[in-house]
Amino acid sequence: MAGALEHLIGQKGNRHTGKWVSVCILLLIFFMLIMQLPHIGGLTLQMRTYFEYGFLRRALIGGCIVALCAALLGVILVLKHYSMIGDGLSHVGFGALTIAVALGTVSVDSLPTLLPEGFRFTIVRVCESISNTPIPFTMALVVLCATVLLSGGRDRRAAGDASIALLSTGALAVGVIVSSTVSGMNIDVTNYMFGSILAMGESDVWVSVVLSLIVLLAFFLFYPRIFAVTFDEAFATSTGVRIGRYNRMIAILTAITVVVGMRIMGTMLISSLMILPALTSMHLFSRFRAVMICSAFISVLCFCAGLMLSCLYALPTGAGIVLVNLFAYLIFWCISNLRK
Amino acid sequence: MALITMKQVTIAFDGMIAAENVSLTVRRGDYFVILGENGSGKSTLMRAILGLVKPQSGSIIYGDSLRQNQIGYLPQQTQAQRTFPASVEEVVSSGFTGRLGKRVFLSAEQKRICAEKMALMDIVHLQKKSYRTLSGGQQQRVLLARALCATDSLLLLDEPITGLDPEAAEELYALLRQLNHEQQVAIVMVSHDVQAALKDATQVLVMNRVVDFCGSRDAYQRRVERNGRST
Repeated sequence: MAGALEHLIGQKGNRHTGKWVSVCILLLIFFMLIMQLPHIGGLTLQMRTYFEYGFLRRALIGGCIVALCAALLGVILVLKHYSMIGDGLSHVGFGALTIAVALGTVSVDSLPTLLPEGFRFTIVRVCESISNTPIPFTMALVVLCATVLLSGGRDRRAAGDASIALLSTGALAVGVIVSSTVSGMNIDVTNYMFGSILAMGESDVWVSVVLSLIVLLAFFLFYPRIFAVTFDEAFATSTGVRIGRYNRMIAILTAITVVVGMRIMGTMLISSLMILPALTSMHLFSRFRAVMICSAFISVLCFCAGLMLSCLYALPTGAGIVLVNLFAYLIFWCISNLRK
Repeated sequence: MALITMKQVTIAFDGMIAAENVSLTVRRGDYFVILGENGSGKSTLMRAILGLVKPQSGSIIYGDSLRQNQIGYLPQQTQAQRTFPASVEEVVSSGFTGRLGKRVFLSAEQKRICAEKMALMDIVHLQKKSYRTLSGGQQQRVLLARALCATDSLLLLDEPITGLDPEAAEELYALLRQLNHEQQVAIVMVSHDVQAALKDATQVLVMNRVVDFCGSRDAYQRRVERNGRST
């Protein structure tokens, strides 16, 4: 079965089969879009009424910004063969988030009486404040993990891969156990796992705006160095570029992007927001700058389209966005097949 | 004044001594070939010259207006690089990254040097092309142009003909010869290809964790002949 499919797609078969399949897929997509054209006007009107809801506006603005950052960082991660790091970090984020929320159930009586009473009250107050605003705590933990992962990864590539697996499954297990055993915790784990359109609060939008400014500024200021570090670490070091510093910068920015984005996209799906646009644009473009710009555009467009679809047809948001991204991937793959 | 003077350098790697008590001098216009088995410490030696590893003892002195970050390095290509989406222009200009200082992008002067080096390597017609569509020999010329952007005086090459067909390898050697003679660029090359490398070399270093032999090419050839007769 797989062999037949491979043959059909043209990996093992000759190029012509691949071309014909691509043409067929593209035509199919084209006609489907034509058929849908009459509906699109109505749908846009419908969307306009939707956008009177504040939560949706916030989701759109914040999400677009996160999608932009994720796409830029994703290009680097894919080219450095760190595709799984986004996934690993999002699992760590899930674990940290559940712990942060669970801290809200800590009460004075549950602490050991050995501690002086005033100290116990302080602990409870700190726990409560973490539980009320869990994002800074989560972010700190994920940033820490990201720096540890990437700083050890330079000479031990293979070990880096294994340690990502270790960290992500470990954090996931902790998160699941905490959320299922701690009583009085009203978290919906599904929301964390697969994202929710309601997740973007006012403060999240501001965090994402600041994040995007930092990411864009970093890419503008350090573009040649980022290119050099991504293309060839050994050469970059020999010309005096401090590659550790840039790897750390990318790790921290990735961590923050993951934490902000995982509320909408969900823990399981956020890494696709980083990886898919990069892979898609690499099909058509072969210059670094073009790949960067194209994946940023694809990412934002697919995010908007996915969000709209999920509103109109009540689909899970994260999954919808991933599917739209995959759709874009398919189109680009077909076009690149035709150009061969 | 020598470009590089190594005095009794010992380099350890994960607690294992990879190269011991190495002394050598590289002067302007030299063509150094470093030979040795796998694991004999020749790549480690090269990494030490570049400052990628710190020697445990001994000293490496850079002279003749050469700074450590002004060595043109041609590393072995990784699999990821061969398929990297970047244009030739982008790759070559990344040779200047270490010399950007406070600048965000390349200066006009650096862009001019870039074009000059591309002309020297005969890759001007490829400059808008994608790096991953080039042949192995062309890719190596691009990386050589990048290395030349980083240096004026010293090229360090790590097994440069790995994966090249004989024709492309011969072409690369011819380019290096030309650079060595006409631009007075000193060349230090780690190689497996003994015969071809010796054709152009002025100096030979044989590593076997310690320095097995270090001297002129003629002396090395006499030694090889002597050894050949005795066995």
